Amino acid sequence: MREQLDARRLLCPLPVIRTQDRVNTMAAGELLEVICTDPGAASDIPAWCRINGHKVIEMREQSGELVILIEVGEKKR
Amino acid sequence: MMQQRRALALISGGLDSLLAARVVMEQGIHVEGVNFYTGFCVEGHTHAIRKKDRARPKRNNALWVAEQLGIKLHIIDVTEQYKDVVINPKHGYGANLNPCLDCKCFMVGKAVEWIGEHGFDFIITGEVVGQRPMSQRRDTMRIVVRESQVGERLLRPLCAKNLPPTLPELEGWVDREKLYGFSGRSRKPQMALAKQFGLMDYAQPAGGCCFLTDEAYSRKLADLWESRGAREYELDDIMLLKVGRHLRPRPHFKLIIGREEGENNFLQGYQRRFPLLRMISHPGPLTLIDGEVGAEDVELAACIAARFSAGRDAGQVEMQLIDRDGSEQMLQVFPMPVAEVRLEWYL
Repeated sequence: MREQLDARRLLCPLPVIRTQDRVNTMAAGELLEVICTDPGAASDIPAWCRINGHKVIEMREQSGELVILIEVGEKKR
Repeated sequence: MMQQRRALALISGGLDSLLAARVVMEQGIHVEGVNFYTGFCVEGHTHAIRKKDRARPKRNNALWVAEQLGIKLHIIDVTEQYKDVVINPKHGYGANLNPCLDCKCFMVGKAVEWIGEHGFDFIITGEVVGQRPMSQRRDTMRIVVRESQVGERLLRPLCAKNLPPTLPELEGWVDREKLYGFSGRSRKPQMALAKQFGLMDYAQPAGGCCFLTDEAYSRKLADLWESRGAREYELDDIMLLKVGRHLRPRPHFKLIIGREEGENNFLQGYQRRFPLLRMISHPGPLTLIDGEVGAEDVELAACIAARFSAGRDAGQVEMQLIDRDGSEQMLQVFPMPVAEVRLEWYL
């Protein structure tokens, strides 16, 4: 399953928070495509993924926007 | 086998919270971090907008700290609930509109809720007795404990030896002897401890992590409240206070004038909320008009905005007004001479 999150115009850390909140509702192996306009998200979302055990599959710029594809990892607590 | 205890560390992204979490991790405690997003956090915003700030490392320091520590970080959006802290601080403001003591009580209180929901045992902060004039004094630190209802579950590892033992110490979850007794405003003990842990690259202590400690920002927020006749705000309002030049030439409207391309792009996103002025004949700023304006006001706004354009010395310049409903109108105006842009208009 692949979901999309519109984080355009949000300034960091809001794109990270929205990503976090969405990922928390998804299951391991599912994909989330996040679209953002804040260049800070290019470092913050991958950092958040590394910390929390999720994987950035792809990051690309598309028409001046940043598209980050995340594969949800196992959630351990 | 002894149960591994779990602690939640308040992570601001600065050195103290990094060290506090690390000190407790050294004792075999499972630590996760929490960072509360209030809307006033200095992290990231201006870096993302202004070109001159883009040269700085684009990193969120709280995330960076969590990664250095190898812990999870939960970033929690508290913007709505935080309004009451800013608008009605029980303990008042600091030098500007910074409600530091109420803020600390609020954040520790939110952490108390979190550990209750997630079955964690205690909370860690990087506070040091005597370090901050408002929220980190011996008496106010007691207020934080009382008002947050954290009880004995708040451990301040960097100054624990100067305070009565807390539950984690009394229960033997952590060894009090391995905690610290820092006090006062000196940063030397923290720097020495950082060196001991091999931490060389950390956010340098600066003017705090909150825009509310900034005089110019607080002035703009006070102006916003005064002009609306009510102490209230939305997230967009406080974002906009961080961007552009703010001038109030008349009591019923102000201008937000982009200082560079990045700010212009950001302001462009608000074109459905505010009438917007765009330079046509010359390179220049994008300007939002905040307030209810008539034709004379728009002309004044356009003359002022044109003063900040490349056409400032030209005779007449051409601008476009785009209203909230998307309707467009061309304007021919004379840029206001610099000497006529009054200093008191600047917020």
